Amino acid sequence: MNRAKKLFRIFISTLYLSAFTFGGGYVIVTLLKQKFVDELHWIDDEEMLDMVAIAQSSPGPIAVNGAIVVGYKLAGVPGILAGVLGAVIPPFIILTAISFFYETFKDLFAVQALLKGMKSGVSAVIMSVVWDMGSGIVKSKDWVNIAVMIAAFVVNYFLKVNVIFIILAVAVIGILRTFLQEKRKGGEKA
Amino acid sequence: MTYLHLFLAFLQIGAFSFGGGYAAMPLIQEQVVTKHAWLSQAGFADLVTIAEMTPGPIAINAATFVGNQVAGIPGAVVATIGFILPSCIFVTILAWLYQRYRKLALMQGVLKSLRPAVVAMIFAAGLGILITTLFLNGTISFVFGNFQYRALILFLAALVCLRGLKWNPILVMAGCGVAELIAQLALK
Repeated sequence: MNRAKKLFRIFISTLYLSAFTFGGGYVIVTLLKQKFVDELHWIDDEEMLDMVAIAQSSPGPIAVNGAIVVGYKLAGVPGILAGVLGAVIPPFIILTAISFFYETFKDLFAVQALLKGMKSGVSAVIMSVVWDMGSGIVKSKDWVNIAVMIAAFVVNYFLKVNVIFIILAVAVIGILRTFLQEKRKGGEKA
Repeated sequence: MTYLHLFLAFLQIGAFSFGGGYAAMPLIQEQVVTKHAWLSQAGFADLVTIAEMTPGPIAINAATFVGNQVAGIPGAVVATIGFILPSCIFVTILAWLYQRYRKLALMQGVLKSLRPAVVAMIFAAGLGILITTLFLNGTISFVFGNFQYRALILFLAALVCLRGLKWNPILVMAGCGVAELIAQLALK
């Protein structure tokens, strides 16, 4: 397959995935796998798992990171551009349209009522996600992690400390812990 | 200057939102509501609602929406590029390192330690949205007219549908919207 055709294929695939996936990045990871591993056979299974790990380890949405890592693997930097463009265009167009309508229609009775009701639903969805993630951490009985979770909430919600400072501070704790664990593992081997 | 501010704000959101779509929420709130006041807390709640109801990552939706509100379509483009840039750089570096060393242990270790903090901050941002939903003026006070009892009923019903009945979140959110519309029409 020639290069232009390949780039076009990457673009169309990520465009399609981005336009039709509601509800978060993990769905898109599965769909990327279906498309590029099972259907097109451009990437093998094991490699895809590693790519997902890279996408999850980087900041930013998993959908976009997935498009970047797949695009890079298949066609280098032009592949990144094709993948990212495809992933970004659908939400960009949809939100631009909504942004326009929001300004024009936000004072309408029906729009206000719908938005108001949906906010209750959104609050419930967020709290449900927090419950799933938080209970996983509590169940792990990793006391450092539990302490970090409580401290991060207090410092963020009550003391209004900048989110970026909290992330940097916790990242330092994470680096230290990982080094200590590696060292301990190394010590056991010797 | 507005373009530069938009670019830098979303660059920071992009660079620090580790751990999936919701992780960006507290960062967006901080930049867009607290620091630059491009949206009110109620406007932010609207934004999250719209972002949840449409496809695509919440932060891309936010960049497009806020960029449009602040500086039109060029603003939306600048904000989106700012948000994407750190991802492109980070993923490429990690992919390159991975090809050389085949190891992501340190990165994954750090990420695992970040998760509890990310959950805590998502909870804090979600709590902010819940409070603007339940209380008309955005502060916790049970003065008559301020406390939105119908919003509380919808919130609890939505929780039951999500956790007990395992309904699809989009369906639950849309259902809440329609229920509120019907209730307001009936009370009119």
